[in-house]
Amino acid sequence: MSGETKIDEAKTDGPMNGELLSLEGVGKSYGTVRALQDVSLTLRAGEISCVLGDNGAGKSTLIKIISGLHRHDEGTYTLEGEEVRFDSPRQALDRGIATVYQDLAVVPLMPVWRNFFLGAEQGLRRWGGLRLDADGMRATTREALAKLGIDLHDVDRPIGTLSGGQRQCVAIARAVHFGAKVLILDEPTAALGVKQSGVVLKYVTAARDAGLGVVLITHNPHHAYLVGDHFTLLKRGRMAGSHPRAEIGLEQLTTEMAGGSDLAELSHELARPGLPDSPSDPLSDSLPDSREERSQP
Amino acid sequence: MSSPDLLAQDGLVQDRPAALRRILARPELGSLIAAVAVFLVFAVVAEPFLRVSSLGTVLYAASTIGIMAVPVSLLMIGGEFDLSAGVLVTTAALTSSMVSYQFTAVTWVGVLVSLATTLAIGWFNGWMLGRTKLPSFIVTLGTFLMLTGANLGLTKAISGTVSTKSIADMEGFETCRRLFASEVTVGGLTIKATVWWWLGLLVIGSWVLMRTRFGNWIFAVGGDAAAARAVGVPVARTKTLLYLGVGFGAWVLGQHLLFSFDTVQSGEGVGNELIYIVAAVIGGCLITGGYGSVVGSALGALIFGMASKGIIYAQWNPDWFKFFLGAMLLLAALLNAYVKRRAERGPR
Ligand SMILES: Nc1ncnc2c1ncn2[C@@H]1O[C@H](COP(=O)(O)OP(=O)(O)OP(=O)(O)O)[C@@H](O)[C@H]1O
Ligand SMILES: [Mg+2]
Repeated sequence: MSGETKIDEAKTDGPMNGELLSLEGVGKSYGTVRALQDVSLTLRAGEISCVLGDNGAGKSTLIKIISGLHRHDEGTYTLEGEEVRFDSPRQALDRGIATVYQDLAVVPLMPVWRNFFLGAEQGLRRWGGLRLDADGMRATTREALAKLGIDLHDVDRPIGTLSGGQRQCVAIARAVHFGAKVLILDEPTAALGVKQSGVVLKYVTAARDAGLGVVLITHNPHHAYLVGDHFTLLKRGRMAGSHPRAEIGLEQLTTEMAGGSDLAELSHELARPGLPDSPSDPLSDSLPDSREERSQP
Repeated sequence: MSSPDLLAQDGLVQDRPAALRRILARPELGSLIAAVAVFLVFAVVAEPFLRVSSLGTVLYAASTIGIMAVPVSLLMIGGEFDLSAGVLVTTAALTSSMVSYQFTAVTWVGVLVSLATTLAIGWFNGWMLGRTKLPSFIVTLGTFLMLTGANLGLTKAISGTVSTKSIADMEGFETCRRLFASEVTVGGLTIKATVWWWLGLLVIGSWVLMRTRFGNWIFAVGGDAAAARAVGVPVARTKTLLYLGVGFGAWVLGQHLLFSFDTVQSGEGVGNELIYIVAAVIGGCLITGGYGSVVGSALGALIFGMASKGIIYAQWNPDWFKFFLGAMLLLAALLNAYVKRRAERGPR
């Protein structure tokens, strides 16, 4: 798999090379709740940047700022060298930022192809674009999914009939298809079983290999470490750490995320990676071609 | 990149769907069966029901509901209600009549002012909804009450009675009547102008819903407004346009009432909004939005037309009409919930 070389490229290149997006000291309050303060993050093309944190740490708030759903109150948001401040998700989308939200990814009762093209529908030229090119969109949906290795023949199924993992995959394929430069995923594996998480993470790496910059939100350090190039830790709205992959191991990442209290229990789990009760193990088995996460310390 | 075995286990590899299953998941299926059943019942119990002249009567009754059921069903698929739709029809007729009578002697002026008025009220409903984020039930309940009061109050203030003065002798009346209230008779079958309006709205409405980008947006804003907004669909604008559609339907029907009877009773229309909603629900629209069909709403209107006239032909007590409607509504709502669950499960 080409993942290995991609990372090395990203590492050896200069820090400014391929820099897509950077946040500098960003903060956001909901009324009196300070959901986020002084958070910085940089994303390059062909890189997966993971944001980790417990529930309520501000992960979703952070990506809602990036994707234009909320505006930041403090700090700067730079996209391809230009400072931006989005008023709507439409503006962010037009700049190539596609988001798969934790809570609002798709419209369940609509067919897969209608969801795939929602907000970017294709019209027929000879109708002046007025009439939908339904057959064309069906075919394109099938192709775009096939390109990421998803074989879904019946794109007329309501998307709600797909499993959670499948829906995430469709959303990822959609972002890649519409030429997104930045793909943001809010806890794509949170509600999924081990196998399905594996499938989703595969498509995440496929998107990265297609040259997208990916921001992956998760509270699962094992999932993050399988695919991530950079790790940002959030704790109660503040940055609690920011490490490139070279500087941190899975154990340390888990330790930092857990803080002090759950530490003993977690290190206990991690000390026996071969046993079935270890959370990271079955997943890495189902991902034979993912990076060698256990060769790290 | 892909590993087929994994995908197969995950269910990502699908079988071809069975065409039959697909048909069973259509939203209008229930209303089609119900329409056939109602037709058969009255065909058996009411001898005059099958006469050609009765068909014209039934179609006319259906069209006066169907004209409104088209935009109301689109609005419901878009996830909203319009409780003001019934009295808005009366407002349309009153405005047209009184503007013509008070300010000019040309009916066209009133007709156009009436169109502007109904569209403005539709826009107001949509704007209030988008601005206040209140449920449309509340917003349009407010407009419903305001319009009910204004219809009576303004009519009494202007004409001194509860009905408008006749405009039958005005310039343009005959042309307007031809447009909104004429009828053609072909071999004993009398077809009123409303039937053509209904068919036109039906074709356009269904085409827009199924074949255009805007139709895609209607499904999306009704199915999940937040998800739609996140992918760039203009949610508030879509809903406002749907309210404008209701305004347009009310204008057409209002003009029909005015030009078939010359005068308008200002208290009319109250309660009809529920009939439109019932027709849409019988036609397969989910109360919660995001699912339904315009063709279904037409079948719903047809069921109404057949039942209201069939009860008379069968010489049953017409008091039972409402009972019948209520039962239909409950059945339809249950069926819709079932079809929706089925659709969500999909043709496996
Ligand atoms: N719309 C809102 N209004 C008010 N407070 C909010 C809103 N959204 C989030 N918050 C608050 O901001 C904080 C951060 O929330 P956020 O959703 O970003 O957390 P998260 O890291 O995504 O959590 P989770 O893992 O549960 O998804 C929380 O305290 C939350 O209660
Ligand atoms: Mg979250």
